[in-house]
Amino acid sequence: MQAKSTILSLPTEEFVQPGTRACTGCGLAIAYRVGLKALGKDTILVVPPSCLTVLQGLYPIASTKLPCLNVTFASTAAAASGVLASLRARGKNNIKVAGWAGDGGTSDIGLQALSGAAERGEDFMYFCYDNEGYMNTGVQRSGTTPIGATTATTPLKGKLQPKKDVAAIMAAHNLSYVGACSAAYPLDLYDKIKKAIDMPGTKYFHIHIPCPPGWGFEPRYGIKIGRMAVETGYYDLYEIVNGEFSLTAASKKLVEKRKLVPVKDYFRAQSRFKTLSDTKIEEIQQAIDAKWEKYYKNEE
Amino acid sequence: MHIIDNGNVAAALGVKLSRAQVIAAYPITPQTPLTEKLSEIIEKGEMNAEYIPVESEHSALSVCIAASSTGARAFTATSANGLLYMHEQVHWAAGARLPIVMCVVNRAVGGPWNVWNDQQDSISQRDTGWMQLYCSDNQQIIDTTIKAFKLAERMSIPVMVCYDGYILSHTYMPFDVPTQEQVDSFLGEFKADYVLDPDEPANLNTVTLPDVRMDRDGVLAHGYMEIRYLLQEDMRKAVNEMKKIDDEFLSVFNRGGSPHVEKYLCDDAEFIAVGMGSMTYQLRPVVDELRNAGIKAGVLGVCMYRPFPDKEIAKSLKDAKKIIVFEKALSYGYEGTLATEVKSAIYDNRLLFTILPEITGLIAGIGGREIKTHDLKEQLLGAIKSEKISETNWIGLKL
Amino acid sequence: MGTRGYKKKTSHSETAPGDGGRTGSWRVERPVIDTSICIPCKRGAQACFICWLFCPDVVISRTIPPTIDLEYCKGCGICAEECPTKAIKMVDEAEFIASDDKE
Repeated sequence: MQAKSTILSLPTEEFVQPGTRACTGCGLAIAYRVGLKALGKDTILVVPPSCLTVLQGLYPIASTKLPCLNVTFASTAAAASGVLASLRARGKNNIKVAGWAGDGGTSDIGLQALSGAAERGEDFMYFCYDNEGYMNTGVQRSGTTPIGATTATTPLKGKLQPKKDVAAIMAAHNLSYVGACSAAYPLDLYDKIKKAIDMPGTKYFHIHIPCPPGWGFEPRYGIKIGRMAVETGYYDLYEIVNGEFSLTAASKKLVEKRKLVPVKDYFRAQSRFKTLSDTKIEEIQQAIDAKWEKYYKNEE
Repeated sequence: MHIIDNGNVAAALGVKLSRAQVIAAYPITPQTPLTEKLSEIIEKGEMNAEYIPVESEHSALSVCIAASSTGARAFTATSANGLLYMHEQVHWAAGARLPIVMCVVNRAVGGPWNVWNDQQDSISQRDTGWMQLYCSDNQQIIDTTIKAFKLAERMSIPVMVCYDGYILSHTYMPFDVPTQEQVDSFLGEFKADYVLDPDEPANLNTVTLPDVRMDRDGVLAHGYMEIRYLLQEDMRKAVNEMKKIDDEFLSVFNRGGSPHVEKYLCDDAEFIAVGMGSMTYQLRPVVDELRNAGIKAGVLGVCMYRPFPDKEIAKSLKDAKKIIVFEKALSYGYEGTLATEVKSAIYDNRLLFTILPEITGLIAGIGGREIKTHDLKEQLLGAIKSEKISETNWIGLKL
Repeated sequence: MGTRGYKKKTSHSETAPGDGGRTGSWRVERPVIDTSICIPCKRGAQACFICWLFCPDVVISRTIPPTIDLEYCKGCGICAEECPTKAIKMVDEAEFIASDDKE
């Protein structure tokens, strides 16, 4: 089994510059920085309009040190397919391709191209960084915005529909690897990338990204909030390797611990959930408990 | 080698000989036989290319954009609603200055649905910054496709090669297929200005600002306006470049001579019919009949539509008394775009004209409505004699 | 002075720090590390570096002691929040204005 990385075993080489336009305390910046360490220098990135576009810099300065193609909103996975085709046609077999798209660019407008690329078995890694809304354009709701979250387009009632489970949709494409990760657990993200990087076909990564302005918490608590999402059993860290599901890292430990932090703590720590009623929270708690009962059973 | 085959096969052979490296396409009538032929060629191992069967036209052009940015000669083909679906990417490819070649098999746009020929699809893309070349027969299709790669790569501007659906795409005609050696000597290998590479990293097509900004070396870099201006400037330069490329083609293949317009009996014509695509050849026997009746008529075929070769068109029309423009598309709310642009070309070059000619604009063949030679002749004569033939200027309308 | 002849005709960006300008100016408070409490400092060996791991802006170095690039540090406070020994305190920028002026 693959050795678990530690902080000291991570490479020190940085692929992102300081002084980006990312918000103070941006969760994406943390995940992206570690993600690029795992991908390494011989990578071509594909990025649609999103927070990452801005983080990576405005013309003519690039905050990323890797080659990157900015593309239209819907076309991340199609563009990645094009880069791959070109590399194959020119015999450049050692260069990896990675798409980094937001939740909007993945679960909504980008889903068609992603599904097409996955079905074709395009040999690239797709990272969906999920800050649960169209944050770059001002916090509008997306398909992965969780139920009850107020956003600029669900300002008074909060989102009425549950979060779209994109990782499950991608798992249905018979991928060699699907990973659910979090910015609050960068070593888990790093290890998953290292594990999957040479697997065939499309590898899908879903990364939970705490967002201070979008979620309504002080920047310093970003990692705490990300951790709480996992420790409440609300957001799970897992991987599906050739169809086989297993929880990882802190989520795996929860199965042994058998004690979840009440999800109410998670909701009340973010002002976006201010309209979420106690009754609704109770419903959500019950759903989480039911989900974890199944996990506990599978363990036995 | 002379063969008899349809326009789609002619295009496919042109792409094969041009050694395209990445081909992405989505099926749409009447383009499908083109891409099917290419799939067959590639699967047989006759072409060293990657064929990506994408899940939409938007993705087809996305693949080409990415492949071209990463150093591969890229090609796609589509029609009508497929072209409209990729419209966002059409603008993008031009702004990114990528030498992509796309065949547009002209078909009417929905709504409502119609799978037959008119030119509304490609005409609706005229403002995007792509060059547009129109073919009148299958020989021109294979030749223009090969020239298109050279023109695109020389100017770093994408090129659309347009030909009429069914009338050319599915119609069998004799044409000459050049040898691979001839095409290799004409075209050469794809050499991009810049290729995305970890050894020379760059961030491409990111957000630009309204104003100029210093780069990391303290040098003032372009703003969006300058980048777009350079596209326009290079497009205008392409008019002359097309002539050079046509001359180069002529020296290798012994065919050509009409880079911008194709003239038929125009030199002493008093009445000139103007058209684009297969219709220009349909007008020739009509003009022959008029000549036999003593009327000095001619046909001017527009081969390069974007950039618009206004001087060459004006020069060809300068001695005509009446000009009759026939077209298979229009800008709704005004008139046929070719008619508008011919008038504009004449105005901009008015010093060439001793008297300003009368201009009639006629619309034909919308949604594949059959263009009867008889109707063409009637309309042409009517315009020449200044007689109103029909209720509207839409030929063959049955209201 | 114009941009005619600039090396590229497209949106082609090359890497450099500070795309967002001197982002250190965004701060209202700055992290200060107490090297008597900081684990790698105390041990004189590579250890901990949780602050380095979680810094969103790549401004903390994995050195002994860790240094913070104040040109770009946005003062998010994640390092202070995550430090296991509370060796990092967020101090109001106002306390440094007088001393910065002196330099």
